[in-house]
Amino acid sequence: MNYKMMGRFLAQILALEGIFMLPALIISLSCGDGMAVKGFLVTLGILLAIVVVLSLACRGAPSAFHAREGLVCVGISWIVLSLVGCLPFYISREIPGYIDCLFEIVSGFTTTGASIVPSVEALSKGILYWRSFSHWVGGMGVLVFLLAFTGEKGQGFTMHLLRAESPGPDVGKLVPKMRKTASILYMIYVGLTVLNILFLALGGMPLFEAVCTAFGTAGTGGFGVKNDSLAGYSPYLQNVTTVFMILFGVNFSCYFLLLVRQWKSVFRDEELRWYIGIILGSILLITLNIRGLYDSLGETLRHAAFQVSSIITTTGFATTDFDLWPSFSKTILLCLMVVGACAGSTGGGLKVARVLLLLKGLRRNIRQMLQPRKVELVRSNGRPVEQKVLDNTNAYLAAYVVILFAVFAIISLDGFSAGTNFSAVLCTFNNIGPGLEAVGPTCNFSQFGSLSKLVLCWAMLAGRLEIFPILVLFSRDTWKRR
Amino acid sequence: MNIIIAGDGKVGSMLTRQLSAEGHDVTVIDSNARVLQSSVEHYDVICVQGNCASMDVLLQAGVRDAELLIAATSQDEVNLLCCTTAHALNRKLHTIARIRNPEYTEQIYRMRDIFGLSMVINPENQAATEIERLLKYPGFLRRDTFAKGRTEIVELRVDAGSKLCNVALAELRSIVKCQVLVCAVLRDGSAAAPKGDFVLREGDRIFVTALSQNLTTLLKNLGILTRRVRSVTLCGGGKISYYLAKRLEKSGISARIIEKDFARCQELCALLPGAEIIHGDISEQDLLESEHVSQADALVTLTGLDELNMIVSLYAASRNVPQVITKLGHTGNRSVIDSLSLGSVLCPRELVCSNIVRYVRAMENQTGAAISVHTIADGQAEAMEFLADETTRNCGRPLKEIRLKPNVLLVSISHGASTEIANGDSAFQQGDTVVVVTNGREVIRQLNDIFA
Repeated sequence: MNYKMMGRFLAQILALEGIFMLPALIISLSCGDGMAVKGFLVTLGILLAIVVVLSLACRGAPSAFHAREGLVCVGISWIVLSLVGCLPFYISREIPGYIDCLFEIVSGFTTTGASIVPSVEALSKGILYWRSFSHWVGGMGVLVFLLAFTGEKGQGFTMHLLRAESPGPDVGKLVPKMRKTASILYMIYVGLTVLNILFLALGGMPLFEAVCTAFGTAGTGGFGVKNDSLAGYSPYLQNVTTVFMILFGVNFSCYFLLLVRQWKSVFRDEELRWYIGIILGSILLITLNIRGLYDSLGETLRHAAFQVSSIITTTGFATTDFDLWPSFSKTILLCLMVVGACAGSTGGGLKVARVLLLLKGLRRNIRQMLQPRKVELVRSNGRPVEQKVLDNTNAYLAAYVVILFAVFAIISLDGFSAGTNFSAVLCTFNNIGPGLEAVGPTCNFSQFGSLSKLVLCWAMLAGRLEIFPILVLFSRDTWKRR
Repeated sequence: MNIIIAGDGKVGSMLTRQLSAEGHDVTVIDSNARVLQSSVEHYDVICVQGNCASMDVLLQAGVRDAELLIAATSQDEVNLLCCTTAHALNRKLHTIARIRNPEYTEQIYRMRDIFGLSMVINPENQAATEIERLLKYPGFLRRDTFAKGRTEIVELRVDAGSKLCNVALAELRSIVKCQVLVCAVLRDGSAAAPKGDFVLREGDRIFVTALSQNLTTLLKNLGILTRRVRSVTLCGGGKISYYLAKRLEKSGISARIIEKDFARCQELCALLPGAEIIHGDISEQDLLESEHVSQADALVTLTGLDELNMIVSLYAASRNVPQVITKLGHTGNRSVIDSLSLGSVLCPRELVCSNIVRYVRAMENQTGAAISVHTIADGQAEAMEFLADETTRNCGRPLKEIRLKPNVLLVSISHGASTEIANGDSAFQQGDTVVVVTNGREVIRQLNDIFA
C-alpha cells in the first residue's frame, strides 16, 4: 500500500477544506460572531498543522497507485474530512456534543441533510453557511474537485479515484483527460448552482438564504436555514426548488452531451426516461391519494411534486409534513428513497440505472429458467451490458441489503418504533434526510443515542461513497502487506 | 475479354471455369502454386503465382491490358488493396472486390466509391437477400427478377393433389386467372420446352413467367398457402444468419437462430437485439423438439455442414414446416439433391458467380449482348434480358408472324413502364427490353440470334 502517496492526497484535501472554510470565516467576521470566528480560526490552525506535517512526512512518494489505494484513499479522505470539518461547530459551542457535531457535518458532506440541531435559526450565519456549503462540496465530490483544479498530474490512477467517488454502476470519462473531465463536471455544477441562486433571488429570497438553499439543492443535501425547511417560502420559490432538485438528480454526462449538442442520445437515454417517468408517476399517484388534504388542486400538486422530487433526488427538503399523509403516499416515498436519483448525479440511493439493471437481470433470469438454451444479453441504451457490471450490481444490492438490516438492528437498541428506525436507516443510508414518524420532516435525529449516531454516520458515508470504499476499510485484505 | 482473377479459391475456380468456358482470356493469380497447378490442368487459362496486391505480380499478370479484375481472395483487405493497386496501374480497368466482413457491409457502397471499385460482392449478404426474397413468397422455390423488378420467373413444384396436376398448359391461364407463361418444365432431371398440349404431372418443377404484381394472385389461385411468414428458424449462426436476421428484423419477421458455439451466441445476441438466440446443437433431435422447430412458418438451414443442413431440412419437411430453405456449399449432383424434399436449395457461391458472370456480360453489352442472364432449370435453360435497338430485326411485328429458332421462347416485353407477358399478338418496339428463355444448347449472343 502506497501510504506516502495517500498522505499527500490527504494533505491536499485538507488544504482544500481549509480554503473552502474561508468564506464561512469571512461571513462570521463580518457578522461579528466571536465564537464562530474562534471556531473557524482554531480549525484552520489545526488543518494547517496537519497539512504541514503530512506534506513533510510524505515527500518523495512513489507513484504506484492502484485500485486498492484509490478505494482506501477515498474512504479515509471522507472520514478525516468529516472529523476535522465538524470542529468549527464544536469549538464555537453552537452544537455542544462532538458526536452531534460529527453527525451534522457527515450529514452535510454526504448530502444527507439529516440534522440534530433543534433550532436551525438559532445558529450563527457563518456556521449555517459552512453547514450548507458542505453539501455543495460533498455533492460533486472533493477528490473530483482536487483532480479538476490542482496540478496533480495523474496517469492512470486518477481513474481509480473518480470511480471510487462518483456514483453509478459504470463510471467513465467524458473526454480523454481526467482533469478536463473533472473540470467539465464542476463547470456544469457551478453553472447550474449559479442559475439556481439567480432564480431564487429573483423570487425575492434574501441572498444569503438563496445561496444556502441553492447549495442544499445542488448537492441534493437538504439542510435549510429555516426550522420549517422550505414550507415558509412562496410557491414560486418552492417550484423553482422542485425543478432544480430534479435537474441535479440527472446524470451530469447528459448535460455534457447537451453541451456538445448530442440531443438525440440525451432524449433516448433510458435512465433519464425512467427517472422522469418515475417522478411523474409518483406525483400522479400521490396527488390522487392526498386530494382533499389541501385547499386546491394546484397546492396539492405543488406539494406532491416537491416532496416526490425532494425524496427521489435524495435532497430532503420539505414544504409540508408528509408524515401526516396517508400510508400509501408514505410507502411510495419510502420506495423512492431506495430508488434514488440517476447515476452520475449528486443524488444518492440505489440509482435508477442500477434498479433498471437489476430488474432487467431479473427478467433475463426468469426467461432463462423457462428456456434454458436461450442466450440473452441485458442491454442498456441498446448496448449490451457486460456480465461483470451485472455481477457488481448484484453484489452492490447484496451489500446494500446487509448494511441496511445491520444498521437497522443496531439503532433499534435505542427503543424507537420500527417505522422510525427503518425510515431513519433508509434516509441516512440513501442520503435523504428526513424520514417518517419520530425522524419525520418536523423532527430530527437528536434523540438517538451516541452509538446510533455513530452508526448512522457510518451509514451515511457508506451510502454516499456507494458502500465499497467504506467497506474495504474494514477488510483484512486491504491492510495485508504484499 | 482479358480478365484477371485474383485468388483461386472456391469462388475463384468456379469463375475461372465459367468465364474461360465463355471464351474469355483468363489470368489467375494465387500465392499457392499447387492450386494454380490444378487450374492450369483443368481449364484453358494462364496462371501467375504471387501476392495479388503487389504491383510486380499484377504487371506480370498483364493488368495493363486487362479489362476486368476480380479479387476473391479470402481477405477483404487484400482484395481492396489488389483492386486499388490494379486500378492505379490501369485507369480503364473494371474492378470487382469480394468484401465479406459484416463490419463493412453498412459502408460497402461508400467503399466502392472511395476505392474506385466497379462492384462489390458479398456472397453471404447476397444469399441472405435471396433467402429473404423467397420468404416473402412462400411457395416459390426460386425467383429470378427481370426488367427492373417488373417481371419474374418463379419456380414451382407440382405436388400431389395440386391444382396443376394433370393440367395441360393451355388451360393454365383459366386456373390462375392472370397472365402467365410456362417457359420450362423439369421432369425427371431433364428440361423440356413445353407446348400448349403439355400435361403437367406430379413431381414436375415448372418455371413460370409472371408480372411481379401478379405473384400473389398466382399463388392464391393455385391454392398454395400464402400466409405471410411471421417466424423463421435459422439453423447455424454464421454470416448469412446474421445478415438474414437483420433483414428479417426490418421487415417485421421474428427470427430465431440456433447456434452451437456459446461465444458466437453472445456475439449474435449483442448484434441482433430483435432476434432470439438459442444455444444448442441442431444435430440433436431433442433440441429440435424442445425448441418447437416444427411449429415455425419457415426453416432455413445455414450451418457449414451440407449433410447436417440436408438432414435438418428433411426433418422439417417431414414435420410439414410450410417453407424450407437449404443452403448447400456444394451442389455437385443436382439429380440426387432434387430427389430429396429439401425445399428451395441455395448455393451462395453459385449466386456470386452468376452475379459476376452477369456483370461480365453486361460489360459486353455495348455490342448488343444480354443485359442480364439467369440460369434456370438447374442450368439446363437460360433466361436472358435484351434491349431491342435499331439493328434488331422484326420490330413491330406480332410474334405469331415471327419464326423463332426451336427451343427459344420470348416470354415478356417491357415497354417503358408497362410490361406484358408475351402472346401471339404482342410485338416489341425499338427501345423495349425483352426476356428470352432458351435451352442451354442454343448460343444466343444478341437478340437477332433468336430469329430462325
